[in-house]
Amino acid sequence: MNWQFFLEVLVGGLLAGVMYSLVALGFVLIYKASGVFNFAQGAMVFLAALTFVSLLERGVNFWLAIAIALAVMVVLGIAIERLVLRPLVNQPQITLFMATIGLSFVLEGLSQLVWGSQPHGLEIGIPDVPMQWLADTLGINVSQFDVFAAVVAGILVAALAVFFQTTRIGRALRAVADDHQAALAVGIPLRQIWAIVWTVAGFVALVAGIMWGARNGVQYALTFIALKALPVLILGGFESVAGAIVGGLIVGASEKLAEVYLGPYVGGGLESWFPYVLALAFLLVRPEGLFGEKRIERV
Amino acid sequence: MLYREAGQFKTTYAGDQQVFPIRQDRIGVAVVLVLAFVVVPLFGNQYWLSAILTPFLIFALATLGLNILTGYAGQLSLGTAAFMAVGAFMAFNFELRAPWMPILVSFALAGLCAAAVGVAFGLPSLRIKGFYLAVATLACQFFVLWALQRIGWFTNHSASGVITAQKVVILGYAFDTPATKYMLTLGIVTVLAVLAKNMLRSETGRKFMAVRDMDLAAEVIGIRMMQTKLLAFAISSFYCGVAGALYAFTYLGTVEPEAFTLDLSFRILFMVIVGGVGSILGSFLGAAFITLLPIFLNTMAHPIEELLGVTLPAGLMSNLELIVFGALIIFFLIVEPHGLARLWQIGKEKLRLWPFPH
Repeated sequence: MNWQFFLEVLVGGLLAGVMYSLVALGFVLIYKASGVFNFAQGAMVFLAALTFVSLLERGVNFWLAIAIALAVMVVLGIAIERLVLRPLVNQPQITLFMATIGLSFVLEGLSQLVWGSQPHGLEIGIPDVPMQWLADTLGINVSQFDVFAAVVAGILVAALAVFFQTTRIGRALRAVADDHQAALAVGIPLRQIWAIVWTVAGFVALVAGIMWGARNGVQYALTFIALKALPVLILGGFESVAGAIVGGLIVGASEKLAEVYLGPYVGGGLESWFPYVLALAFLLVRPEGLFGEKRIERV
Repeated sequence: MLYREAGQFKTTYAGDQQVFPIRQDRIGVAVVLVLAFVVVPLFGNQYWLSAILTPFLIFALATLGLNILTGYAGQLSLGTAAFMAVGAFMAFNFELRAPWMPILVSFALAGLCAAAVGVAFGLPSLRIKGFYLAVATLACQFFVLWALQRIGWFTNHSASGVITAQKVVILGYAFDTPATKYMLTLGIVTVLAVLAKNMLRSETGRKFMAVRDMDLAAEVIGIRMMQTKLLAFAISSFYCGVAGALYAFTYLGTVEPEAFTLDLSFRILFMVIVGGVGSILGSFLGAAFITLLPIFLNTMAHPIEELLGVTLPAGLMSNLELIVFGALIIFFLIVEPHGLARLWQIGKEKLRLWPFPH
């Protein structure tokens, strides 16, 4: 086995995994705070990216476009809390999950209705070329863009960690995640917290959308990356930010390795299901994922 | 006044245990069956029979299958379309490789193949629950589609992956017109629906519901978890498999693996939700609603266009359809989480008292 090639595939996979983590992060945030498994995260990524890129194409300044897209996500977060979550309080989790599937349809339709359905290219100034000095010294090709994405993801996670650990809102979020009723009892405004958490998830979606959009173009297929994030989630556990990162790395690396080393034997295209089967096999050993909370069941 | 079971005394055990214990229900079902079997094929036009009623029945069957699993046994599955795909492609292969086999037998065998796949992917349900399970069933969805696309045997090495379903011939009679295809589908769906109705009130069905309501408690009172959950997966996938075979043989004629994407799984899940989780009648109502909704929206678009004097572009329509579709799902979940079947239930309560308010 050629170790340089192996290393190249491994690093490429790990960096691609970071991109999955970016999407998975949005799921984890919402699940932690409101117990909703938000299937619409993919649609939110799509909406955010499409809004951003359409504004850019209309000649809006880069930072202004980000600000406007963010504002859209804030409004969206508040609207979702008001129109979808509030009437569904105390419903079983499955009902909320199905509501988010409906929500993803609405968001997909809405974003294409407003901005049109043609694909857009997105250029953020980071070329998708191998890093020269790494290629020279170690002889492996690592995309500059992937490294940039990994750095962005790292900053995002660090910022979220600080936000959750130190700020007043972050503490309230953690309290709500721990126990809704107890949080309500000590006077934490649940509705406000939900709106905030959906807004934060919208922000994460915007970052993920820009990264993925710059990678593959902003198009309808962007909504499917949510499906890529799901095995990451069940590997890492729904409740854990760290799990989303580690799960992303595992999924990214293993699916690239499987594609390269197993793919030729079975005719390729392994990427569509390999992460799921991996996650499934993993769940059989640890049903709550790597970092998920262990559930204690009582009759 | 019309719908009242007072005075209907059961004097035998058989009478007490029949599938429809209330006389009005029996009459209602009989009327619906006569309408479906006699009036519709006689008076329905080709378009309605082949493009609306046949797919409606097929989706109703798949919805029923998913409802057994999700609504009665409480295991959320997102792999319905994959089970349908297994049914469709296996029925094709049975007919291809064993042309002497009666088509109904190959439908049944295709259903059994789907059941086997269902059991294989239902195994994780013994360890994992809720969302983890839902995501795990996605593995089935992606894996099955991948296998159908990559392994040439399933599609008889067709280059495009498209298969053409064989002609449906039973005892020398060819089912080749829309009306006869509709009749065949209706017959199969009716038989399977009655079987499901009967099964779900039996010990098996009650076990499913016990597992759904609280699996730990069910286990404590002596229900075997493995047997029950796997049986639910098997029966559900069998229904979906047969629905898939019908989808290929009596509706589309030619199918490719891409016809069974995750979108179809979601569609069927929506039919379950809109119709009513845990209701057989709901499966039919939900399937009817979701099948008719796009057609209704399209027909509605024309008067609106004329009213406004503009022509809506096609892309706009499909996006509007998505929005309305999604919004309706949310609306249903908020307003009536138990679906259309619950509305029917309420209607029956009202009928029972009518014309008096109390």
